[in-house]
Amino acid sequence: MSNQVTGAQSLVKSLEHAGVEVMFGIPGGAILPAYDPIYDSKIRHILVRHEQGAGHAATGYAQVTGRVGVCIATSGPGATNLVTPIGDAAMDSVPMVAITGQVPSAAIGTDAFQEADIRGITMPITKHNYLITNPDDIARAIAEAFHIAGTGRPGPVLVDIAKDALQKMTEFKWPTNINLAGYNPKTKPDSQAIRDAAALIAKSKRPVLYVGGGVIKANASKQLLRLAELTGAPVVTTLMARGAFPDSHPLHLGMPGMHGTVAAVTALQKSDLLITLGARFDDRVTGKLSTFAVNAKIIHADIDPAEIGKNRFADVAIVGDVGEAITALIPALETEFKKSEPDLTQWWSQMGALRSKYPVGYDHPEDGSVSPQYVIERIGAIAGPDSIYVAGVGQHQMWASQFVKYEKPRTWLNSGGAGTMGYAVPAAMGAKVGAPDTTVWAIDGDGCFQMTNQELVTCAINNIPIKVAIINNESLGMVRQWQTLFYNSRYSNTSLDSKRIPDFVKLADAMGCVGLRCDTTGDVDKVIKEAMAINDQPVVVDFSVFRDAMVWPMVAAGTSNDDILVARETAPDWDSQEL
Amino acid sequence: MATHTLSVLVENSPGVLARIASLFSRRGYNIDSLAVGPTENSEISRMTIVLNLDGHALDQVIAQLFKLINVIGISEMTDTGSIKREALLVKVNAQKSDREKVAAVAQKYNGVIVDESDVSLTIEATGPSIDIEALLKSLEQFGIKELVQSGLIALERGSITLADRTLSTSRVAISDSHSATADYQN
Repeated sequence: MSNQVTGAQSLVKSLEHAGVEVMFGIPGGAILPAYDPIYDSKIRHILVRHEQGAGHAATGYAQVTGRVGVCIATSGPGATNLVTPIGDAAMDSVPMVAITGQVPSAAIGTDAFQEADIRGITMPITKHNYLITNPDDIARAIAEAFHIAGTGRPGPVLVDIAKDALQKMTEFKWPTNINLAGYNPKTKPDSQAIRDAAALIAKSKRPVLYVGGGVIKANASKQLLRLAELTGAPVVTTLMARGAFPDSHPLHLGMPGMHGTVAAVTALQKSDLLITLGARFDDRVTGKLSTFAVNAKIIHADIDPAEIGKNRFADVAIVGDVGEAITALIPALETEFKKSEPDLTQWWSQMGALRSKYPVGYDHPEDGSVSPQYVIERIGAIAGPDSIYVAGVGQHQMWASQFVKYEKPRTWLNSGGAGTMGYAVPAAMGAKVGAPDTTVWAIDGDGCFQMTNQELVTCAINNIPIKVAIINNESLGMVRQWQTLFYNSRYSNTSLDSKRIPDFVKLADAMGCVGLRCDTTGDVDKVIKEAMAINDQPVVVDFSVFRDAMVWPMVAAGTSNDDILVARETAPDWDSQEL
Repeated sequence: MATHTLSVLVENSPGVLARIASLFSRRGYNIDSLAVGPTENSEISRMTIVLNLDGHALDQVIAQLFKLINVIGISEMTDTGSIKREALLVKVNAQKSDREKVAAVAQKYNGVIVDESDVSLTIEATGPSIDIEALLKSLEQFGIKELVQSGLIALERGSITLADRTLSTSRVAISDSHSATADYQN
């Protein structure tokens, strides 16, 4: 019986058959049988320092490569430490397979040592999950998990395997076909919907291409560029879609939403037609939903039918792969435009004026301290559009979206939906593993950095030379900004004292990285270039920046996009605009 | 608020009821009743879910249900297009003097006396919800000691089956019945 293997061997063979080249994880009791065949496998296993790091590394890898990321952990706390990255991957539709060991099947339900019902725990935050107690089921579960994670709307799938299933003998049989009665994502858009959409676009006087992360997931940037140039409509790219459309393109108005540009936010508000492509009308984009784009008809293209009509009624629903939808839309539009070409001159004169009058900007602090926006802008300028940028969550994330210029898809990674502080360092690690020849900058806050920086040890030991910019304002900056604006400057528990403790340079050094410090505006370029020159070790730069810099523009939570402020208590000068 | 009845075919696999319950809980949908049981196919279970919808369109519930990998087919059971039944067991006070009256009420609603004691009768009845409600109302005068009701079950009229239709129709449900969800702040 040549195919007789242990369940653990079946698992590792399955991962090899699924095309896995790398996985991030930590062994422990229940998953230990799997680590024995991993020792012999051609799959690279990167031993992280915390399971959360394994999860975010898997998502970082997945977002850069478009492949399914893999993380592995033991039962109980190992598995629960994966909960945050799994939830994060679910919110941002990142393809990921998480493998966890489970206590032996006879012990399940007895509150055994290191037992946690991880299938039950992750039910609401996975696309699907499995509990495997029979070794014969392992190969099929792994094959299905990769299929489900990577197709349709991507997402995380967890496979929990009881220890005895890993130990028992089975016959390895990789399934040649996967036929799931309840899973058959529709990728080809309905042709009538495409014609309806084309007819609406041809009639629209104020169209906007509202582009979401689905365009990046679908690798549809080239098609988007053709569609944009064909329609001549303004393009806005959401936080998850930065890089889907070149920032340098004249049709681009920037990012919409809570910290979007005045032009992008206003274009959505004043539009008569939102051509929504792989976006989901998130509250951070719409502001107060009942006042969002009230005069706009909605074309909504998404691969997930449940997104259509969830937050906003769609006049034309296009269910399918957004790349296929755009590809189908182009000839349909060309036919419509033969009858009548829309004239967007008036619309562009308004939006163009807003764009030039209200670019995202910042002031250098009067006290001579370093502007955080300037640091981020310079990193983007020096590292350029071929580099990959990975942000944590907070002010630095918004500035990294605003002040780095993105030209290519999959060069901007962040935790958009979940807003997971601590995402940047491990996700950058995964990104660098996926794109080893590309410069990867983690742009992190001093708060975020202190949540997951131990993965720099993993980077140093495994030759994963990422670069980390700590935008150190010694605060939980975004929370502090809200306290300034909405809580009467009462700074309850947002001061981190991180210009004093820890010493980030020493910490970096202790973790096997190069630690650099920058305290003055004049040194910013020099230090960035110094960091750029180091490619055999991870680099951490502690940029000491102005504490009270704020992210502008801003639409306060729960208010209307019409009430966007360009600075504190400063609305755009609408009177001088003809809208 | 409007009441809708959904028949849902699901894979007969561990955890599937928890998945459905978890979905309804986290999306804030209210379930009035839920009945689960085996079907003609041993690999498939059928759930009948009665929902009271408020703010969320039925289409959205259906679309979210379809996202569950174990969900194979869904159909709305309308009042005219389907047979809907509930089952009831009710223990009623019945002294000697009342016995005939209780039995007459039960009979009127096709109820059957399935157990008796010196002071009570237990009646079994199945029927449309409205008949079950009427039976209970008529029995109130005697004093209801205890009752148990099943969730509603439903089957479409005619020869077509949900399993047949599931494999041939589009799984996409979109209509204009959407009502905007409430604004919120966080």
